[in-house]
Amino acid sequence: MTNPISSSRLGMRLGYRFNLIGVSALGILLLWAGVALFAPQIIPHSVGEIVDTDYFGPVSRDLWLGSDYLGRDIFSRILMGARYTLGISLAAVSVACFSGVALGMTAAVAGGWFDSMLSRFLDALNSIPSKLFGLVVVAAVGSSIPALIATLSVIYTPGAYRFARALAVNVNTMDFMVVARIRGERLPYLIASEILPNILGPVLADLGLRFVFIVLLLSGLSFLGLGVQPPYADWGALVRENIGGLPFGAPAVIFPSLAIASLTISVNLLIDNLPRRIRDRSAE
Amino acid sequence: MTGNLVEIRNLRVEATTDAGRRVEIIKGVSLDIAEGEIVALIGESGSGKTTIAMTLMGYARQGCAITGGEVRVGGVDMVKLSEAERAGIRGTRVAYVPQSAAAAFNPALTIMDQVIEVARIHRLMSAAEAQAKALMLFKALSLPEPETIGNRYPHQVSGGQLQRLAAAMALIGQPKVIIFDEPTTALDVTTQVEVLRAFKSVTAQHNIAGVYVSHDLAVVAQIADRIVVLKDGAVQEVGTTNDILEGPQHPYTKGLLAAFRPKTEQRQPDGDGVTKRPLLEVDNLTVGYGPRSRDGQPLITAVQAVSLTLDQGRNLGIIGESGCGKSTLARAIAGILPAHAGGIIFNGRELGRVGRNRTRNELRQIQIVFQHADTALNPAKSVEDILRRPLAFYHGMRGKTRDARVNELLDLVRLPKSVRHRLPGELSGGQKQRVNFARALAAEPTLILCDEITSALDTVVAAAVVELLKELQRELGISYIFISHDLSVVEAICDEIIVMYRGQKVEQIASTRLAAPEHPYTRLLFSSVPKLDTSWLDNLEQDAEQVRAYCHP
Repeated sequence: MTNPISSSRLGMRLGYRFNLIGVSALGILLLWAGVALFAPQIIPHSVGEIVDTDYFGPVSRDLWLGSDYLGRDIFSRILMGARYTLGISLAAVSVACFSGVALGMTAAVAGGWFDSMLSRFLDALNSIPSKLFGLVVVAAVGSSIPALIATLSVIYTPGAYRFARALAVNVNTMDFMVVARIRGERLPYLIASEILPNILGPVLADLGLRFVFIVLLLSGLSFLGLGVQPPYADWGALVRENIGGLPFGAPAVIFPSLAIASLTISVNLLIDNLPRRIRDRSAE
Repeated sequence: MTGNLVEIRNLRVEATTDAGRRVEIIKGVSLDIAEGEIVALIGESGSGKTTIAMTLMGYARQGCAITGGEVRVGGVDMVKLSEAERAGIRGTRVAYVPQSAAAAFNPALTIMDQVIEVARIHRLMSAAEAQAKALMLFKALSLPEPETIGNRYPHQVSGGQLQRLAAAMALIGQPKVIIFDEPTTALDVTTQVEVLRAFKSVTAQHNIAGVYVSHDLAVVAQIADRIVVLKDGAVQEVGTTNDILEGPQHPYTKGLLAAFRPKTEQRQPDGDGVTKRPLLEVDNLTVGYGPRSRDGQPLITAVQAVSLTLDQGRNLGIIGESGCGKSTLARAIAGILPAHAGGIIFNGRELGRVGRNRTRNELRQIQIVFQHADTALNPAKSVEDILRRPLAFYHGMRGKTRDARVNELLDLVRLPKSVRHRLPGELSGGQKQRVNFARALAAEPTLILCDEITSALDTVVAAAVVELLKELQRELGISYIFISHDLSVVEAICDEIIVMYRGQKVEQIASTRLAAPEHPYTRLLFSSVPKLDTSWLDNLEQDAEQVRAYCHP
């Protein structure tokens, strides 16, 4: 056996191949998920407490990742920020992709005026600049976490819809769809059982990409003061509020950036390296 | 060094599976091709015939590698050359004619640009010289309007013409060997005759050696000097075409030949005691595509006022060339494509034109089986899931009874139970077509529309599938409408045959009277089916006027 990428033993035994990159990406994501869940128990300092007399303080034994522009502990702030970045983005991307993909497949199968109307409506929605849309909504209904999730979902649904519809239209022309239709199958079966399994791979890849976009948009909104409200902050807000530390090479601006990078890159690596069923079982 | 142009010695090719296991797909093959000789590689799909042919260019498909042996072309071992050296030989010494010329041409460039590309890449001659040479080749290949055909784009010529243009592309570099990879498999029989004639005269004229890959023994018999029979990546039998046809040694070769024998067993006509009950009556059905004009006629009419009657327990064949409307007719009967005039009466009841307007029971009784099992089976679902659905949908079966029925169905189509958990992609072509058929059987239909179900299969496998259909008919009393362009398949199973041409029914004849067709088109069509006789093509005389009238090669 000369595999370029070593496979995990457990995966091999279950008949799946899960390569090292996928395993490490999953590990990082699980770590962040654990941090998000237990952040209040593990933070060494309170999020709003000023613990350093200096601002943009260096890494020290007490302040593991230095202090921010007000002298608050950046380590604690990142741990707490994981809750907002992960939670809000995950909720929003789930809602956006679920509704986008479901509508996209329905439009592809149903066709006709339903497809045209829905496509034009979502195209119109897509044409509104996302930040502007977020600003207007938050200005109208105020900033709360449910409002943020809803806004982000609405902004990213049209993209997911377009993507899923384009994939589903191709599957829809296959003979097995004709067979299913002429058997008398109804729409829910057609989309859930015939189309979805065939487009799942690209849809998951799209989900990963969209997750990253949402993390970035959420950061943008937080910077404008419309996202998560102080003293709490998501990672995007941490980067923005400490941007002044960049000329000093302050850890306060570097570590939140690394946190965002580790999250977004891990999501994409995991989706590109999902466990694969081993078809040729004779090698075991 | 001997005088042979191509010498393959102990060739081995290995493929790597997704678990990293290496499989030997060519197991030590040796063969020779003399100058000007045409050698046919014949065998079922997966026997390695294309893989061997490709090694003449030093090429192995992705995931495969030549791991041993020599492939000497004109004294040069293609295996040992570097990729750049091989590129210099491809097109000038060895050339390739693909199975599907339509997929091999770039739709965005004119034909002339692509035909002379080889000369341009290898700097063989100036563009003007190359164009003059191409013109000569177009004439030699008897292409219509040779002066202007080069200015057209690939979609502006027919399939048969494109296949000959692909040959022109291969010939322009004056190669010594040409690899023909099933070049006529996708063509209609009347077109195939023209293309084979062109290939034969051009290779003889330029003294070019050829490797002709095919699974059609009758076609090979017309063009090859020698035949190499392959199975499982090893040579089973080698001999001159006459030897192989007259005295086959290997059981597989015998099986291949047996699949060609005229079906002696005639279907016994039903006794007079059995009352004839019409199962399906199609009355003046007109079907078309595109938006309808004001008088209700569609933009393109594919089927024009076709009527037919099928009695219970009998079979009907519909034959004709591609584009004659035979599949459209089947789709209209199945309710996939609504007919816009005429009626379909099934079991004495008028059916709705669209599937939506038919009851679930009506839908259940007419099942359609498509040509391409690859696209007719959902690649993401296991065989088990595919067969379970119609059982649950039409018969409300679940749990153990349903699983037992899935096993019964697999048994009916002669598939082992072990395929239950496999995905369609893990089955061979013949197995897929059986699953496709088992799904139709799961509905317990009274009529199955078979749309070219054997045309994607090898001769031996196709014969086995037809045999299976006959057995199932005896056991279950199903009727078939069998659509095909292959006369031998249709006559093996059908009682009546309808010949279609350009959307119209030109003749209906009983399969017992096939020897004496009346309509000139039927005569032309029947005479174009290759026979297992090496002199068939040379002796074939077709009325040139009729060929012009009915053929658009």
